[in-house]
Amino acid sequence: MPTINFIDADGVVTSAQGASGNTVMDIAVAQNVPGIVAECGGSCSCATCHVHLDPEWAPRVPEPDPEETDLLEFLEGADERSRLSCQLVISDELDGITVHVASN
Amino acid sequence: MAGPLNENSRVVIVGAGHGGVAVAGRLRQAGYDGKIVLLGDEPGAPYHRPPLSKTLLGESHAQPLKPTSFYTDQRIDLRSGVSVVGIDRRHRNVQTAHHGTIGYDTLVLATGSRSRPLKVPGSDLDGVVELRTATDAERLRGLLRPGTRLVVVGGGYVGLEVAAAVAPHGINATIIEREDRLLARVASRELSAHLEAAHRNSGIGVRCGAEVAAFVPRPDGALAGVQLRDGRRVEADVALVGIGALADDALARDAGLACDDGVLVDEDSRTDDPSIWAVGDATRRLVRGADAAVRLESIPSATEQASIAVAAMLGHDRPATEVPWFWSDQLGHKLQMAGFVHMGEETVVRGDRATDRFALFHLKDGRIVAVEAVNSARDYMAGRKLIRDAVPVDRRRLADTETPLRAVALVA
Repeated sequence: MPTINFIDADGVVTSAQGASGNTVMDIAVAQNVPGIVAECGGSCSCATCHVHLDPEWAPRVPEPDPEETDLLEFLEGADERSRLSCQLVISDELDGITVHVASN
Repeated sequence: MAGPLNENSRVVIVGAGHGGVAVAGRLRQAGYDGKIVLLGDEPGAPYHRPPLSKTLLGESHAQPLKPTSFYTDQRIDLRSGVSVVGIDRRHRNVQTAHHGTIGYDTLVLATGSRSRPLKVPGSDLDGVVELRTATDAERLRGLLRPGTRLVVVGGGYVGLEVAAAVAPHGINATIIEREDRLLARVASRELSAHLEAAHRNSGIGVRCGAEVAAFVPRPDGALAGVQLRDGRRVEADVALVGIGALADDALARDAGLACDDGVLVDEDSRTDDPSIWAVGDATRRLVRGADAAVRLESIPSATEQASIAVAAMLGHDRPATEVPWFWSDQLGHKLQMAGFVHMGEETVVRGDRATDRFALFHLKDGRIVAVEAVNSARDYMAGRKLIRDAVPVDRRRLADTETPLRAVALVA
């Protein structure tokens, strides 16, 4: 199973495996990663699962759809590597991905 | 005695909905190392409540809040099917219906809310149901098949979401609302009108200004229809009563805690007993931007309170609070609302209502106090920020979709 690495606002690294088809948010919720609140359960409504892609990984992740882009534009602390982790679907291509959890 | 928690402490959480589970998870995130006992009165593991109405007949209606590994990994002693029947504040324990007593150092009440009952003749008939829990949803699902005539009593969010969710499955839904419009308590007149049209266009019946006098049985005892006070009658096989919720604050009241349709909590989400906190639908509190203490029925409010309560329990700084917000999905309309609509004195429309992609900004003294966005997440997110910043805005620029939302504030 692919491995996801979370680095939280305090620099603590949490690594966990997740099955393909799950989202990065699902894994964060299961691991109780601080900063991923995920209030809406992954319906792209709440923007409380904000992460920054590691620079090395940013070019390798599929582009966000317009709905996600709309939520990100006015999100506090968002930048060009910001994503909502509920929209990042795990696949073998993303094995080893590192995301930085946004500090809220 | 109510000093910060330590590794020898025991936190008991009554209620395993969104709020209670959030408190448990947040305690571990914040470094608390003592015991956590999470008591839920429903059978099974905690679950997401919104899909019960939003996707009533879909595959994704049953979504656990967390995988079961979460509770073991996080050392959360989850006990499902346990009803708490009393609190002994002097001896710091709770009494359960079956398991005797459980002692606490810190108690968290996350008891949620219950459906407001409709007290009319026939409300105990088999075909008359409510929708609060997964068990309720299962029961309602079992009663619906193509051709079923469903009356939804109450044009609130739950009622609208259910009507929207079942209409595509060949169920004939009619919404009956006592007020003169749908969502009268929670949405603006403009949003109500837009959603009413959307429901009618999907074949859903809408009758506003109609009050239920009785549920009428058939000779065999099943539901035949709904009798309205004006003498009209609506034939129905199933009736869903969704006329709002009442705080489930009975435990707190019986224990002598200050309540007023909701457990009263302070800025730290603490009750008037320093060892007892409360979060979620069951509470009433002062909120940024509100003119009085309010009882918010929303997941964002419950999770915000969970973070606030945990910070206070552990002696950490109080986290910043958010503008209250809420979301709904119905008939292809993704709705996101923030702020207090009823405080607005004028409304600015941004976008074209005919395209089902627009936002309603509600202003008071030239500042935005609420936003209601339809398929328009950018307007919603910008609106939240503009509400929080409380800067005066230019109405014309706000209404002009060619003007970026970053440029709608009036420069001082």
